Amino acid sequence: MATLVQAVRLALHYGETYLGVTDIFGEDVGPPLGGVFTATQGLRTAWNSPLDERGILGMAMGIAYAGGRPVCEIQFCDYAFNTIDLMKIAGNQRWASGGNYDMPIVLMTPSGSGIRGSLYHSHSFESWASRLAGWKIVMPSNALDAYGLMLSAIADPNPVMVLLPKALLRVRGEQKIPGEPEDEEELKRMIDAPVGDRTGWQPRWPPVQEYFVPLGKAALVRTGHHATVVSYGRTLPLCVKAADELRESHGLMFDVLDLRSIFPYDWHAISQSVMKTGRILIVNEDTEVTNFGEHLLRRVIDHHYYDLLVRPRVLLGQHIPGIGLNQEYEKNSVPQLPQIREAMRALATEEA
Amino acid sequence: MAREIVQPEENGLAVLSDITSGEYSLPAERCLEIYRLMVRARAMEERMIKMSKSGEGYFWIGGPGEEAFNVPLGLQVKKGRGPDYDYLHLHYRNSGTLIAMGMPVIDGIRQMAMTWTDRHSRGRNFVGHYCVPEWNVVPVCSVIGVAWVKAPGTAHVQKRYGGDGITIVVGGDAGTAEGDFGSCMIWSTRPGNELPVLMIVMNNGYGISTPAATQHAELHIVDRGKPFGIPGEVVDGNDPIASWHAIERAMRYVRQERRPYMIEALVSRLYGHSSSSGAMRVKDERDCVAEFGQKLIEAGVLDEEGASAIRKAALDECEKALEQALKEPKPTADDVRRFTYASSFHDVVYPDDYTGLPNGD
Ligand SMILES: Cc1ncc(C[n+]2csc(CCOP(=O)(O)OP(=O)(O)O)c2C)c(N)n1
Ligand SMILES: [Mg+2]
Repeated sequence: MATLVQAVRLALHYGETYLGVTDIFGEDVGPPLGGVFTATQGLRTAWNSPLDERGILGMAMGIAYAGGRPVCEIQFCDYAFNTIDLMKIAGNQRWASGGNYDMPIVLMTPSGSGIRGSLYHSHSFESWASRLAGWKIVMPSNALDAYGLMLSAIADPNPVMVLLPKALLRVRGEQKIPGEPEDEEELKRMIDAPVGDRTGWQPRWPPVQEYFVPLGKAALVRTGHHATVVSYGRTLPLCVKAADELRESHGLMFDVLDLRSIFPYDWHAISQSVMKTGRILIVNEDTEVTNFGEHLLRRVIDHHYYDLLVRPRVLLGQHIPGIGLNQEYEKNSVPQLPQIREAMRALATEEA
Repeated sequence: MAREIVQPEENGLAVLSDITSGEYSLPAERCLEIYRLMVRARAMEERMIKMSKSGEGYFWIGGPGEEAFNVPLGLQVKKGRGPDYDYLHLHYRNSGTLIAMGMPVIDGIRQMAMTWTDRHSRGRNFVGHYCVPEWNVVPVCSVIGVAWVKAPGTAHVQKRYGGDGITIVVGGDAGTAEGDFGSCMIWSTRPGNELPVLMIVMNNGYGISTPAATQHAELHIVDRGKPFGIPGEVVDGNDPIASWHAIERAMRYVRQERRPYMIEALVSRLYGHSSSSGAMRVKDERDCVAEFGQKLIEAGVLDEEGASAIRKAALDECEKALEQALKEPKPTADDVRRFTYASSFHDVVYPDDYTGLPNGD
């Protein structure tokens, strides 16, 4: 099975071949490296940019004004902070101009912790991103969703930010991307650039197919009647694992929702599940003060106050200036499996 | 009858004489065309300043003092839609450019009056924040500096497309301190990927209240282009003839060489920064409209009567435009969310436009 980052690369190949992508660019995105996470190896329209995140976003917007379809990369979301005003502008171009200009750009950037990245390779970005009206924000937690969300992001005529969970980039999917070869070693030989000299290397692209994951559609990855857990990105597979373990150990059954789209989010899916269980936990690793999960909590309280059996809750990253390199720091800064499992157990077993 | 152009039979000349300024000249007809446009642009701005004081509009910012450069710029733009034509990333003092390109005065007034019929922003943005996709005028943005980083993007598409369309980007002197100005030079001169960007700095010597000389040591802003191999020149932006030629030279270079060029136009700021600083007429700065009118009178292609007829026509046009704009529909509460999103087949929550927070429980 393809890894998440291979899925992104396959999606970009599909995008530049069939969906009109004209430019894939950013720092180290073109040859020889093809991206620090290899997301852009072998792509026909990939090129290296100056080390200038504001320039990258500006270039993308300019390309879009002139009818191109750019996909740009910010190497790590940790380095996107100096572009926030340009992100705001990209999000408001259509609105500010009364529909005169669309802004069909895709910005992809690795987000979150889990790669021992210390202060500046561990940031999360979705809470900041969720405040950018006019954008759509997605975050896949597996390879197939990464492929399908990338295709939707490319095809959507609005600015779409694809947050790629750093910790999951090398994780293999459990489901095949349509057109992917059976043998993962074969896929590697076809599309991964060789280590060392790459001059003359060309990828052999498998005949990948169209596969869209709709924006605004969550995936119910586990079903159960005891409680609801909503997550996305790095913490999603941890929630799934915790749900499986609690089913084994305590016979507790959870609805686990992979939100996939941060904005627009699938309110219908959250609402339906809360109506069923009356118990909800929202898990993400962004810092806890003014966290996107708090917005979801507010919606839950507004709409389902009288449907809730117990206190609704969140499990989020600590409000601290950074994530320290020593793993004692990281483990104790952002949610890990044991805390998630315990929070889920407590939620499901609290007396109503 | 008021005299606009010296007729050949009146003065015995075979052809109309050119109007000269220093080493440059322009045909008299062209000068009269520029003058009329300058007067119209000025009249529109002054009418809008009144609106800001009468309550028919709120904030005013604009370009009185930049007409001598902005009008010749607008007249020389290759006007149209798509990469074959010039892209314009303008600042908020470019009324003269839009008027010269053919924008009716009422299109400026409507934005000041915040009507739903405002074609630039539907009554959402400040005045002078133009957006005309038919002419590649991308939305003017209040954020200082950002135009410099967006301009290479349109130029990148133009370079790849072929043709002779260029990207024109305009900003103030103080705004060149933003890193985005440096970004523009870097992105436009990547070796092998040089871009057709005409960088224009309108140097009025101030950023709001701060004199440029207190913050900037560089002698000329265009000097910053030198290490990048960006040719540049400083031009008297109060002189439409000198400005015309500087713009013509610059455009010829950028169109043909497909590389950047920089102009620094020294201009006036005749009503201060904006209505926030009172929009009071400044007395000690050159007034290009008055100067050019006088020059044309002295050259004998215009007389006092002709000049006042031009002024009167412009004022009448503005009054009529305002009268009309005030009758037009205003945005309503139902319009707040409109035009947030373009329709998408791939969005199940907002297939058409934004409709408020996700719902459906
Ligand atoms: C990024 C940013 N910072 C501050 C402001 C507030 N502001 C508006 S105009 C201005 C001065 C701009 O000076 P200059 O670039 O010389 O242009 P001018 O107004 O003189 O034409 C400032 C500071 C802004 N709009 N954007
Ligand atoms: Mg200035």
